[in-house]
Amino acid sequence: MTTRFTNAADAMAIADAPQAITKVSVIVSKGSLEGIYPALILANGARMEGIEANVFFTFFGMDAINKARHDAIKVATVGNPGLHLATWLGGVPGMSALVTKQMMKAMEKLDIPPIPEFIEMLADSGAKLYACKASVEMFDLSREDFIPQVEGIITVGDFYQMAAGGQILFT
Amino acid sequence: MSSLLSVARNAEGFLERVEDWDRDLAAEMAREVGIPELTYRHWLVVDFMRNTYLATKSAPTIRTLGKESGVPIKELYELFPKGPAKLAAKIAGIPKPKGCI
Repeated sequence: MTTRFTNAADAMAIADAPQAITKVSVIVSKGSLEGIYPALILANGARMEGIEANVFFTFFGMDAINKARHDAIKVATVGNPGLHLATWLGGVPGMSALVTKQMMKAMEKLDIPPIPEFIEMLADSGAKLYACKASVEMFDLSREDFIPQVEGIITVGDFYQMAAGGQILFT
Repeated sequence: MSSLLSVARNAEGFLERVEDWDRDLAAEMAREVGIPELTYRHWLVVDFMRNTYLATKSAPTIRTLGKESGVPIKELYELFPKGPAKLAAKIAGIPKPKGCI
């Protein structure tokens, strides 16, 4: 179908209109609670808007889809100035577990699910989950280490192909 | 029977007044967003959405929808492919959900 414009100004106005986002590919590279949640919220928020979403887990971010680990993800209490906690205090045994517990409580109040449930919800919403091949090899992992919702272990090249035409978010 | 032309709506097409809503309007709004016919499963979600809003003054999250509406999350996205929470809220005649989840 061809579109005819009655004048140049109309044609330019249409060309300048912001393009709606139709696809996002989110990279999760960190394995702390505060490193993983933003990515999950972004991907889930995309699906809620009818936007296609891919999530690519790399390095320690793979803990979010690791069967043995995704139930035990903690807030980093050392090297995290945003917590306003003295470094020596952050390193006290049990501190990370305590802060994590408090944060989970605050999130539950907002109806934000724990990570394993959130990942399942994401997969059910149609988001596609992938593990990074280089990281899988580096940590000596295999398909069986991941939850069944993971679509595959893919290369960076595969990731770019899959992300083509959409936005890429690195977290 | 009311018609969409006779009710006030905001720029995104959500009803300005919750009390203007009826089931015919819901069907009309559904057609507008690409759902030709509201099935029994759609109505489960729409009614849950509306009843929750009327009782609590806020729309349920997608997590609550999946757990309590009687329709699991996978099916929610099949019924409302362009976004279950947003579309079901619109069809239910309640304001657009405000949360991020």
